[in-house]
Amino acid sequence: MSGAEFVPLSLPPILIGVFAAIACALPGNFLVLRRQALIGDAISHVVLPGIVVAFLITGTVSTWPMMIGAALAAFVAVILIEAIRRLGRIEPGAAMGVVFTAMFAGGVLLLERSDTSSVHLDVEHALMGNLESLIWLDAFGWSSLFDLEALAGLPDELPRIFVTMLGVIAFIWLFWRPLKISTFDEGFAQVMGMPTNALGLALVAVSALAAVAAFDAVGSIIVIAMFICPPAAARLVTDRLGRQVGWSALFAALSAVLGYVLAGYGPIWLGGQDSVSAAGMIATVSGLILAIAALFGPCRRGGRA
Amino acid sequence: MIWQALTLQLGYNATLVTIGAMLIGIAAGVTGTFLFLRKRALVSDAISHATLPGVGLAFIVMVALGGDGRNLAGLLIGSALTAAAGLACVQWLTLRTRLAEDSAIGAVLSVFFGFGVVLLTVIQTMESGRQAGLDGLLLGSTAGMLLSDAILIAVGGAVTLALTLLWRRPMILVAFDPDFAAASGLNIRLVDFATMALVMAVTVIGLKIVGLILIVALLIIPPVTARFWTDDTAHVWQLSGVVGGLSGFVGAAISASAPDLPTGPIIVLTSFALFTLSLFLAPNRGVMAAILRHVQFQRRVHLRQGLLALAQSQPIFERYTVKLLEREGLARADGVATDSGRARAAKALRDEKRWEVLRALPDQEATAALYDGLREIETVVTRDQLAEIDALIPQPAGVPS
Amino acid sequence: MAPVTLVAENGQTEPENLDHSPLAIRGMTVSYGQKPVVFSVDATIQEGSMTAIIGPNGAGKSTLLKAALGILRPLSGHVSVFGRPLATQRHRIAYVPQRASVDWDFPTTVLDVVLMGLSRELGLVGWIKGHHKSRAIECLTRVGMEDFADRQIGQLSGGQQQRVFLARALAQGADLYLLDEPFAGVDAATEKAIIAVLKTLKEQGKTVVAVHHDLATVADYFDRVFLLNTRKIAEGTVAEAFTAKTLNAAYGGRLATAQIDQLTLTG
Repeated sequence: MSGAEFVPLSLPPILIGVFAAIACALPGNFLVLRRQALIGDAISHVVLPGIVVAFLITGTVSTWPMMIGAALAAFVAVILIEAIRRLGRIEPGAAMGVVFTAMFAGGVLLLERSDTSSVHLDVEHALMGNLESLIWLDAFGWSSLFDLEALAGLPDELPRIFVTMLGVIAFIWLFWRPLKISTFDEGFAQVMGMPTNALGLALVAVSALAAVAAFDAVGSIIVIAMFICPPAAARLVTDRLGRQVGWSALFAALSAVLGYVLAGYGPIWLGGQDSVSAAGMIATVSGLILAIAALFGPCRRGGRA
Repeated sequence: MIWQALTLQLGYNATLVTIGAMLIGIAAGVTGTFLFLRKRALVSDAISHATLPGVGLAFIVMVALGGDGRNLAGLLIGSALTAAAGLACVQWLTLRTRLAEDSAIGAVLSVFFGFGVVLLTVIQTMESGRQAGLDGLLLGSTAGMLLSDAILIAVGGAVTLALTLLWRRPMILVAFDPDFAAASGLNIRLVDFATMALVMAVTVIGLKIVGLILIVALLIIPPVTARFWTDDTAHVWQLSGVVGGLSGFVGAAISASAPDLPTGPIIVLTSFALFTLSLFLAPNRGVMAAILRHVQFQRRVHLRQGLLALAQSQPIFERYTVKLLEREGLARADGVATDSGRARAAKALRDEKRWEVLRALPDQEATAALYDGLREIETVVTRDQLAEIDALIPQPAGVPS
Repeated sequence: MAPVTLVAENGQTEPENLDHSPLAIRGMTVSYGQKPVVFSVDATIQEGSMTAIIGPNGAGKSTLLKAALGILRPLSGHVSVFGRPLATQRHRIAYVPQRASVDWDFPTTVLDVVLMGLSRELGLVGWIKGHHKSRAIECLTRVGMEDFADRQIGQLSGGQQQRVFLARALAQGADLYLLDEPFAGVDAATEKAIIAVLKTLKEQGKTVVAVHHDLATVADYFDRVFLLNTRKIAEGTVAEAFTAKTLNAAYGGRLATAQIDQLTLTG
């Protein structure tokens, strides 16, 4: 394929997919190790009510209010889950189930009751994103990458998710040691004077941030898949935390690239004409990678020697 | 309108949907209880998301065979097959790899759902797929429901409920105490399998009305709600069935009474309202009751500790303790005991001594284990025993007899 | 607060030395729900001592330790460490949690776990340098685990895991060592190795406190005991506090009199 076609049509979605996948997979490592993998599930469900409420308040479909709304919804959900878990003495899984289904139902109801016919806001969009439509019309080929004027026409999602990914990387790098110690041995971390509760909350907040930024571009399915599948696959490949995080980023990026390419060209190779959902395909590929790791990963089995 | 809906006067279809929703609600509430008690509530989330590829595959297969891809029975069979596959993947990942169940659930639900979305986009490109309306199964939709669909749902709900009630005893046993159940000869894996099969049945039958994303709510919210009101397993599942049935019935009726009120979300929000009420108001486990109890409890502990410190002229480090003693007229603001404070303190100290003696008595071990610093010794031993104990300690001065 | 004289419950007076005690607890009550498991406990650990916290199952031993360290929130209670608030003295404390309290499947190596003991010194982003590693190896050598440095922690036996935990505590270079059931489920060789290390610490003037459950070894391993059963039963040297009378008060009928006689006679 020529650069003239690839750069405007495929490069931006692939990059956005890769950045979103990595931004979710990195905190996902710690969520998986802390047995909080489903926090990612809960967060991605409550994004919908968040954006609907933001839309009802502002009356427009613009990015920033919606991202703030989604982030606030994630925050409310986490607080509610904690509150129900502690106040009602209910196991975390059930508390999560209560909160995210109720909030999601509220979001759907609000959406149905409000007039969104004039704007592009629906449940499918929230679930599946619109990765394919994030194209770069100002580009004419590889040379456009060095053309400031053309670069200004990049889809907004690209710089946003890139910055988010950098933020996530910075968080993980800066708090690597406390995150690792408090995940492994919380009591020890507390006696060392580490604010373990604040750290846990910060991890969830960073995950929510990644989820909200990623969901805007790629929809919630990828968000859940990327929180869990690459870190889980990476855990089955290595016994060192540092390497696990590295592998998870690699698996995430691989899922995004392969998934996008398969969704766009797979059907054509098979004789069809239309592409299939890139978000769905990226999630599917991450599942295949996990399946391979679960079957052949050198560290797939736990327990002692 | 609402009244007519609640009394089932909105036509044959609406009535069947309402009854079907109620039956599904009851069945989901009861089966959900066993998942909840087994602490596996969110397995249902994996099962429900895993139905999507089955729906897509069934549609494609039915069209390929020359039939109508929208046949509900066919779609439901397909969804049950992939739901079972998803469940099998969760089990396999949990048992055969080092991954924990929550990771397995999250992986399965996102990957199966993602693959389902891929299939939906494939269907959209098919000739017959443009108006397939399969996305209605994501969130449930009762609009344009065929009579045959409504009958299928009502009958399916009734059969699932009947099976749930039939198998409830072994399921209760396993949920309550798996070790005991195994020891008494129950095949735990078989019972767990039956539970999961019922969860799957509820999910599949609920797809059309509630939708696959929200059906989880019907499996989780009613048991959690019921748990607030009772500690007795048998009552939990009964109450949970009532909560689920009520949510299904009222929710479906409300949604039938006006346009733009989607059935699934209304049912879920109805059950959530019941949950919220229970969370705050339940007499024993509710939040209000718990807060009240904790405040009183903390007060008792501090008061008792304060009295013991007074009796032994130890300094009191906690401001709250001093304040309590002062408010009760037992001490002055500077921590010096009043007359009544001295008397109560001496009594508290004597009781501690009595417990000490009691603990050393070889035949009183069970009674001594009741000690928690607060329990009045008079409530655990008889008057005669107390006299015996007192005979073993020198009577301190200043205790009113 | 002005220094005061405490009157112990047995009527003897002992000097109040909150100022010097490595760990002083006053009026500590901890409850799970509505049931206090530790009630109004005072404890004064003596500097340079090796103290065993003993008591029957469910007596609140681990709970007391965790509440004193701020891991559990007590209902009431006052704690001072070396005469100062806990928060200012954390660098002088090394804590060895119960082995079962962590996930041994965690993706990390033995050396990595020991290096966790240096994290205060390393700060948030400090690089691990050669001398840090050699110090960690040295700590592993003291517990006889230097050959396992690169092993994944899940591959170790229970005793080996416990030794790694002890090595991590040694790496902290603390003055007060608090161990929760360090001998639970470990082999005899490990038990011997651990007690040898702890005795060396004591010789260096450090203070050691351990939750302990084997009454038969109390007198061999420790010089002081703290007997607990929801309330404090006794506190003092082994000779003072580890007597037939106190054991009976703590354990009630659970220990036969003959057993108690044997224990206290050998001690």
